[in-house]
This record gives sequence, C-alpha cells and structure tokens, in this order.
Amino acid sequence: MKTNVKAKAHLNENNNTASGTKAAPPIGVIFRILKLLFKEYKVQMIFVTACIVVVSLASTIAGLFMEQYILLINDGLQLGLDAVYIRLITLVTTMLCIYATGWLASFIYTRVMAVVTQSFLNSMRKKMFLKMQDFPIRYFDTNAHGDIMSHYTNDIDTVRELVSVTLPHLIQAALIVCSLIFNMLYLSAWMALVVALASVAMVMAAKGIGGKSAGNFIRMQRSIAKEEGFVEEMMNGQKVVKVFCYEEKSVEKFDKINDELCHDATNANRFANILMPIMGNIGNILYVLVAFVGGIIVVSEGIPNVSLGGIEYMSTIQKIAVVVPFLNISKQFTNNVSQVSQQINSVVMAMAGAKRVFELLDTEPEKDEGYVVLVNATRENGEIVETAERTGLWAWKHQHGDGSITYTELRGEVTIEHMDFGYVPEKQVLSDITLYAKPGQKVAFVGATGAGKTTITNLINRFYDIDDGKIRYDGININKIKKADLRRSLGVVLQDTNLFTGTVMDNIRYGKLDATDEECIAAAKLANADDFITRLPEGYNTMLTANGTNLSQGQRQLLSIARAAVADPPVMILDEATSSIDTRTEALVQKGMDGLMKGRTVFVIAHRLSTVKNSDVIMVLENGRIIERGTHDKLIEEKGKYYQLYTGKFELE
Amino acid sequence: MIKKLARSIREYKKASILAPIFVSAEVVIECFIPLVTAQLVRNIQNQCDILTIVKYGLILIALALASLSCGALSGNFAAVAACGFSKNLRHDMYSKIQGYSFANMDKFSTPGLVTRLTTDVSYVQMAYMMIIRTAVRCPLMLMFALTMAIVTSPKMSVAFAVIIPVLAVGLALIIKKAFPIFKKVFKKYDKLNESVQENVSGMRVVKSFVREDYEKKKFAKASDEVCQDFTRAEKILALNSPLMQFCFNVLMLLVCFFGSQLIITSSGADLDIAGFSTLLTYGAQILMSLMMLSMIIVMITMSLESANRIVEVLDEESSIKNPENPINEIADGSIVFDNVSFSYSEKAERQSLADINLTIASGETVGIIGGTGSGKTSLVQLIPRLYDVGQGSVKVGGVDVRDYDIETLRNQVAMVLQKNVLFSGTIKENLRWGNENATDEEMERICRLAQADEFIKTFPYGYDTNITQGGTNVSGGQKQRLCIARALLKKPKILILDDSTSAVDTKTDAIIRKAFAEEIPDTTKIIIAQRVSSVEHADKIIVLDGGKIESMGTHEELLCISPIYRGIYESQTKGAESDED
Repeated sequence: MKTNVKAKAHLNENNNTASGTKAAPPIGVIFRILKLLFKEYKVQMIFVTACIVVVSLASTIAGLFMEQYILLINDGLQLGLDAVYIRLITLVTTMLCIYATGWLASFIYTRVMAVVTQSFLNSMRKKMFLKMQDFPIRYFDTNAHGDIMSHYTNDIDTVRELVSVTLPHLIQAALIVCSLIFNMLYLSAWMALVVALASVAMVMAAKGIGGKSAGNFIRMQRSIAKEEGFVEEMMNGQKVVKVFCYEEKSVEKFDKINDELCHDATNANRFANILMPIMGNIGNILYVLVAFVGGIIVVSEGIPNVSLGGIEYMSTIQKIAVVVPFLNISKQFTNNVSQVSQQINSVVMAMAGAKRVFELLDTEPEKDEGYVVLVNATRENGEIVETAERTGLWAWKHQHGDGSITYTELRGEVTIEHMDFGYVPEKQVLSDITLYAKPGQKVAFVGATGAGKTTITNLINRFYDIDDGKIRYDGININKIKKADLRRSLGVVLQDTNLFTGTVMDNIRYGKLDATDEECIAAAKLANADDFITRLPEGYNTMLTANGTNLSQGQRQLLSIARAAVADPPVMILDEATSSIDTRTEALVQKGMDGLMKGRTVFVIAHRLSTVKNSDVIMVLENGRIIERGTHDKLIEEKGKYYQLYTGKFELE
Repeated sequence: MIKKLARSIREYKKASILAPIFVSAEVVIECFIPLVTAQLVRNIQNQCDILTIVKYGLILIALALASLSCGALSGNFAAVAACGFSKNLRHDMYSKIQGYSFANMDKFSTPGLVTRLTTDVSYVQMAYMMIIRTAVRCPLMLMFALTMAIVTSPKMSVAFAVIIPVLAVGLALIIKKAFPIFKKVFKKYDKLNESVQENVSGMRVVKSFVREDYEKKKFAKASDEVCQDFTRAEKILALNSPLMQFCFNVLMLLVCFFGSQLIITSSGADLDIAGFSTLLTYGAQILMSLMMLSMIIVMITMSLESANRIVEVLDEESSIKNPENPINEIADGSIVFDNVSFSYSEKAERQSLADINLTIASGETVGIIGGTGSGKTSLVQLIPRLYDVGQGSVKVGGVDVRDYDIETLRNQVAMVLQKNVLFSGTIKENLRWGNENATDEEMERICRLAQADEFIKTFPYGYDTNITQGGTNVSGGQKQRLCIARALLKKPKILILDDSTSAVDTKTDAIIRKAFAEEIPDTTKIIIAQRVSSVEHADKIIVLDGGKIESMGTHEELLCISPIYRGIYESQTKGAESDED
C-alpha cells in the first residue's frame, strides 16, 4: 500500500481533471451495447427481435377483434345464440391462435434472452478482467481499488438490468405503443387525438418526477458512499475508539451522517414511489376524457368517424363497436407508456454504468516492444545452447535485425546510467542515478520515505519507464527485453504481502506453478516459515482467506519470501521484505536466503539498518539522489549520513 | 427476530401505519374505478345525454384524483417510514458496536461489520418498504378485485377459479426451482468479486511473477461457472412472463367465449358488454397482484438473511460489562498479575498467556521483549481490560480491573496500540481524542514531550494540518509520535506503548524515553519493543516466550540469565560491536 499511496499522491495532481469531469453519459453507450449484442449473438438477437415483434403484435392485434366481437354480441342479442355460435367459435379460435403464437414467441425469446444476457455479461466480465491484467501498474496506482472493483459489481449490474430487463421491455413497449397508435387511428382519429394529448402530459410528468427522482438517487448514492467511508474508517479504528472511550462521540458523528443519508434516501424513494400512482391515474383520467369524447361521438348525430379507413357515417351500434374497444386500447396504451417511463431511471443508471465499463475496456494496455527473451540454456564446448528443460543456467536470446541470433548468459549484472524519473513530468523523483550491481552482489538502498528507494525497483522491472538515462541488464538495455521475461528473471518480495485465497501450499506454489510439494516445503524451510506453517491447524493445507488475515504480518512476510524462493530467480529484490519480522527470526531468514542467492544479485531495501549491514554495497538515497555509496565499514568510516543514521543521530522512515 | 428489528421503528410508527392505510384506500378506490367505468360505457351504449357522461366523467376524475392522492401519500409515508426505520437500525447497530469489547470485534471481521451496516440494512429497508406498501396492496387488491368480479358476474367468476390456481402453482414452482439456485450462485458471485479484489490489490505480485495468464485462466473458469449457474436460474425465471401472458389471455378467451354466450342467452341481464370489459380489467388486476405477490415473497425471503445478520449484531452482548458498583477512583499506577492465563478463544489449543505472575510498582518503567507471537500484546491488553483474563486476576492500584468503571480505568490506563490509527481531520482534532478540552498550549507541551511539536510546526498549517484517512500523509515515525501525544493528553497513571516507536529513529526514541522519565515520573510506563535499545534502560525487562515469562530482570541480569534476550541483543548489535573494535 505504501508504494501505491505514494505514486497516487504524485499522479493524482494531474489526474483530477480527467476523472473530475463528469459529463452526462451519452446515449451512444446504449448503441454500443446493442452493437456488441448483435455482433456476438447475431442469430439469437435477430431471432429475439423477431419474437418480440410477434409478441407485441399478438397482444395488440387481438384488441382489434374486440370490435368484431361486440358486433357479434349485438347480432346475437337480436338473432339468438345459435345464429352467431359458429362465428363466435371462429373468433375465439382465431384469437387463441394469435395468442398462442404470442406465448410461444414469448417463451422462446425470454429463454434465449436469459442465455444471451448471462453469456454477454460473462464475456464482458472476462473481457474486463483479461484486459485489466495487461494494464500497466500506473493504472492500479492511480485508481482507487474500490473504484476499480465497482466496475465488476455495480456497473456490470446496471448493464445486466439494461440488457435483460430494460431493453426487451422498451422494445416491446415501443412496438406495442406503435401498433396501438395504428389501431387507434384505425378506429377513430378523434379519440386518438385525445390520447396523443394526454400521453404528452404523461411523458412530461414522467420526465419531471423521474428527473427529480434520478437527481435524488444520485444524491443518495453520494450519501451512501459518505456513510460507507465513515463506517469503514471507524470500524478500522474501533480498537482506538475503545482505548480512548470515544464511543459516544463516535455515535454522535455517525448520527449526523446517518440523518443526512436518511433525508436523501427518503426524497429519492418518495419520488420513485409516487411516480406509479401518478402515471396510473393520469391513465384513468385519460380514460375518462376518451370516454367523454367517445360518448359525444356516440350520442351526437352527424359527426363522421374519421379514421385510417376514411371518413364514414356510422350507425350507433357501429359507433359503440368503435368506442368500447377504443377505451380498452387507450387503457393498454397508457399502461405501456407508464411502463416505459418507469424504465427511465434504470436507463440513466445503465448509461452511467456502461460508460464506465467501456472506459475500462478502452484503456490502453501495457506496451511491450521487447524482443529479447529469456531461455534455459546449457553450455556445450563453451558455447551457450538453448534447451527446453530447466538447467539452472539461463540465457538472453537476442534476435538481431539481420536474422542472426546471439545468446548472452544471464548473470544478473544490473547497471544504471544517469537515470532520471518522475511519476509526473512536473516532479522528478529520481535524478542522475548511476549504479553498478555486479553478479552475486548484494546491493542495499537506504533512505527516508520518499527518497526513491522503491521507485528504483519499480524501474528495474519496468513497472514504470524511465525518463532519461539507461538501465542495462547483463549489458542489454531493458527496453529491449520482453517484459514478461525481464520480470521472470527478477524475484520481488514486497513489504505489502499479498496472499491469495487458497491453501498455504498454493500460495507458495504461486512462485513456480509446477513446483512439487517437496520444493515448496524446502522453500518454506529456507524462509524459516516451515516452523509456523506446521503449527497451523492443517499445516500446508490450511486455507488462507481474505489476504491471509488469519496470519500475522510477520508470518505473511515469511510466506511471501518462501513464494519468491520457490521461483528461484537469478535476481532478487527485497523491498522491506522483513520489516515485520523480529530481528532474531530475520537473521535466520537471511542466512537461508544468503545460501539460496549465492552468486546471484540481490537488491535490498530496508529502514532497519541491521538488515542491510552485510551488503556488498549500500546506497544512501536522499531526495532522489545517491549521496553516499560503499560498504558498511567504509560508510561508517566516512562519518557521513549513513554514520549518523547508524548511530541514531538521524531519523529514517 | 422481527420483534428485535421492530424495536427500531420508534418515531416512524405513525408513517408505518399511515402508509398501509393510504394504500388500502388506494386499492378500494382503484377497484371502484372499473365499476364506474362500466357504468359510463353502459350509458354511452344506451345513448344517454351528454350530461350523464359528464356526471360519470366527473365522478371518475374525482376517484382518479383521490386514488392519486392516496397513492402518492402512501408512497410518501412508505418512503419516510422505511428510510427512517433503516436510519434507526443503523444507529442502533452502530451504538451497539461501539459498546463491543475487543473480543466481540474479533468475532465479526471489520469488512463484515461494514457490510452489515450498509448493504444488509439497505436490503432490509427495501423489504420493509415492500411490506408496508406493496405487500398490503397486492393481497388487498387480489381480494377486492375478486369480490368485484364476483359481484359483476357470479357465473363468470368461475373462470377466475380456474386461472388463479394455475398461475399460483406456476409461480410457486418457478420460485421453488429458481430460488435455491439463486442463493447458491449469489454466494459464488460474491466469491468471484472477492477474487477480483484480491487480484487488484495484489497486482504487483501478479506482474512480478508474470502470472497474468494464470490469473486470466483462473478468472475465466470461475466466471464461466457463475455464468452457467446464473443461466440455469434465469432460464427458469424467464418462464414468468410467458406464464403470466398465458394466464391473462386464457382468462380473456374464457370470458369472451362464455361471457358472450351468457350475454346473449340472458339478453344482457346477467352480463352486458360494459360488465364484460370490467371483468377483464379485474382479471388483469388480480393476475398482476398475484405476480407481484410472488415477487414480494422472493424479495422478503432474500432479505431475511440480511435481517438475520443485523440481528446477530444487535444480539451480541458485550463480553466486557461494567460491574454493578463500579469503583471510580484509581489509587496509583501499580499493576499486579496474579496467576494469569488467557486465550483468545475457548477452542484455542494453546493458551496465549499462561501462569503470568508479575508485580509492577507505580512509576516504574517496564520493558517487554519477545519474538513474534510470544504474547506481548496479549499481556498488556489485559491491563485496560480490553480483554478479560481466563484465569487469575489483574490488579491496578490494588483493585481487580473488573471492579473498576471501565471508562475510569481506560482513562487512567492509556494505551498506544501497535496497529494504530489516525482519523481524518486536523492534527488538533486527532489530539483531542485524548482530552476534549485540551488547550492549544497543553497540546503543544505534550507534543514537545512526544517529540512531535517540531515536525508539526514545519507543516504549512501546523496543528490545523489535515490528516488523510489512515494517516497516509505523515510518515510512520511521525504517526507514531502523534499517537503517543494523543495518549499522553489523557494524563494517565499508566502508559502502555505497544511497539509504538518502531519507526522512530533511535535518537528520538531515546529523547522521548528521557522526557517520560523527567516529565511524568509518577506514571507507570510499559514499553513493548523489538529494539533492545528501547528497553535496555528500563527498571525491569520482561522476556516473553510462547505466552510465558521466560525471565525477568534488568538489562545486565538478563544478558547473563536469558539466552533469548542475549540472542535478540546480539542479532541487533553484533555488527556494530565489531565496527567499534
């Protein structure tokens, strides 16, 4: 975390503008999702769309039969049941057929859509994760982890809602509304006009209330985030709260934030809650208006019915056969309009979520232009020859422009020449660093927080690229080395031990995936971790959860050293790797590590000077420059900064 | 459980009652609307005059407005009641947690508590809003609409008797099949997200070991699994919408087919065209309510688990309680451990502390040293009663710590924790944790004592400098000194420093210790340290090993008698000595 925070502090300064501008999410992301859906699930989506069309038509066409149906009843009342019985059966059977087609289409499309939605989400999730693995470290240093996580939780959820619920609903409702408009015009243009006017009112109401509701929901989200932040901080510091008897004060502070949240949440839910009754009852009022106009049409003589069928003068019965179904249709119409308006909230939220998902997908991955690769090698007649099996001897395979290949033995020589670096252009963190680490040497970095110790290691394994100067590894510029191979040749143990869910054995094996149990145990013994592991309830098979919280920090550090040891890398970087281990155990660990790393290069960063004392060369860093270098004895003799540090006249960290 | 949760409704009882009342009124009015509508249609059919249409129209509009107001009011009250309820619930949980002892805190993990206070409460809030509104509305609507349908046409209501069971059974089957799968898959989904979290925070490790491909494969496999299960569940759930359509359409056809025969045979006496559309409206209302009801059942069942987790927090009784007649006065800073044994959990095989006998006089300086896991922190945590002893007793000022008022005890026994935390806010605000009424002069004096004044003054805003969450904008050494100052402001009789100067350089460390000796001579000081230099001048040094006192004595004595102490000493000084030679 230390390194992250630091880099973040550097980078945040000019990152603010990028994340700070929150423009309204463009409707474009919806189209992008649709495009993706239709691209990846072409057949299914065309099929689904066809089915939705069928469903919408089925549910509206049947309404038109009502006109015939009422005429039929009227005829029946005059002529008797038997006269119209056949007509009735034909009518009902026809409707049944139409409905049945609707059921079938609905059955098929909801099922297909369920599969498509899940598979689409799965592919989005995987795409995000796969993409993210190749992001540069800078991305993780500059984005809050909680923020990255919410791509996988909140944002994907809004997309799920959009794809599985909102989109089909909207399409269906829109189709139904369209065909209903057609139906209404077919029946009576006069009444359709009334409906049109009322639906404008409905859309306005939905926009007004829905807009207010959406605004309040956003405010509520902010309040929730604030409350979560507070709760998290206080829960983390709960033991301090107890020690200082600060309980009452803490409740007081919490209540204030809690009240705010309650206020915002009430407002947000209030508007969401009243939207439904308002929309529903506007529908009712519309119904009355239509009935009123319809009544006038029925009652008054001489008003022609204007419809798509043309202008005609109808008998009263004919008029009734128009007005009554129309009333039903208008009801159906308002129901659908209100359904659409209720989706507004989720569309707005999905747009915001989808936009963030696409932002992640559009992020540039880490570039790698390296072409020098690391291979296993053997020596034949003094020549280095590439082999497949692990021999303990590695070589850099250098493919030249003219097609010739040369091999350079991996020896672990690292040279840095006049290197400058800054996380952001305005602030240089390292200046003019020059150092030579000969194979087999132990090189230590000492210096205060912010002096640039960790930054140097970040540059050697190319988590960040240098601004000026050169870093050479066995004489090869590291920019030419393939990043994966460069990193494979460097074992890194960080102060922040990150263990993964799995057994202790799995965690050690992370260093070398094909390591046998024996190799893992040997590495654990080397790191002095075997002792505590065997005392765990299930030894090496003990499950570690949530970043190994059931282990102490010191134990976790021992495990991560074992993990690096099993990887058996030619060059090792130990960044405050033993800071939480007591000095006696540390001495034992060091002995083991020294044995392992015999003849290999080791970089050590520590603020505990006893850790670095036996290094071949110690670099004292201050403000990004090397101010002293030499062995412990030499530096003590020089009576410079290191001497002051060692004798306790100066503070580190 | 419900009783326990209901206790948090309190001042929102009124809104909680009004919401269902208004929703009931809304339902009743809504059920009358189709009836009046039918009358209107009937009038139109009978070619009545405009006035009658206007009359019925106005009645309908009035009903619609009444229904709208009732609906809006119930929506409003439901929002007020549910959000208020959840506010109270959060308050109750938070207050309860504040009363937890360390042992209680260990039982729930920190992220666990955060989830309970946030996500779980919001689920319960949603369920509550449903219970007082939708869950009232749906059954009522079902009953009223059904009654109205029967009133409209008793004969036709047989059609309802056929369709309602079909839908009910269908919905029940869907829930029964899909629900267990959902429950399972949600857990898997959470796990998947946890693994992403792990990956994000361990990205440096992933990249250092070049394990990107391994992680990708791992994630793809887990994600595919989740997708498979989700698809299975969603496929079942997808039956909902066609089932609903099927039931509604069949009902419509039944009404059409038999209804028209009824109209014709009875010449409009038993049923007419207007009544016919009324029946359909009621039919839609009934089926819709059934559907909603099934959704409510699922939602409420899902929130039960959250409710359970909340009640767990509310039910947890603090393992450390104030005694009945607490002593509010602490005589001095003497400490006695009398045959103390302690373990964090009853199941633990090995006791964290065993047979500790220890006497510390008031004003003494005591150093504690020992390897990782030797029980140093456990030992000192017993003094301010952060944990209770398993056996034996701990006495402060001659009295068992369990007899003191806890606040009195903790105010007199100041402890600087190993895993210490500064809170977001200014330096002053942080210091005031130690003493709310501390004056600026007092703070400066104490900070000088803790060697913090100097660096605070170099900050542009001095004592008003803002500390970020977790104290990331000060260095480790500075943070530790601020924490010491905060504890000193309490003017305690006993001061415990649990590895609190590990990031402070040895020279400053020595100055702080010297200041302690000179400025607060009467305060008993217990110092846990990794560095021998931090404790070597103490009156007494305790060497702990495996939860037992290995040896005790002054620096010189221990060098002779304690191999562990000698080992630690040598590992820290070996190089230095050879240099000096």
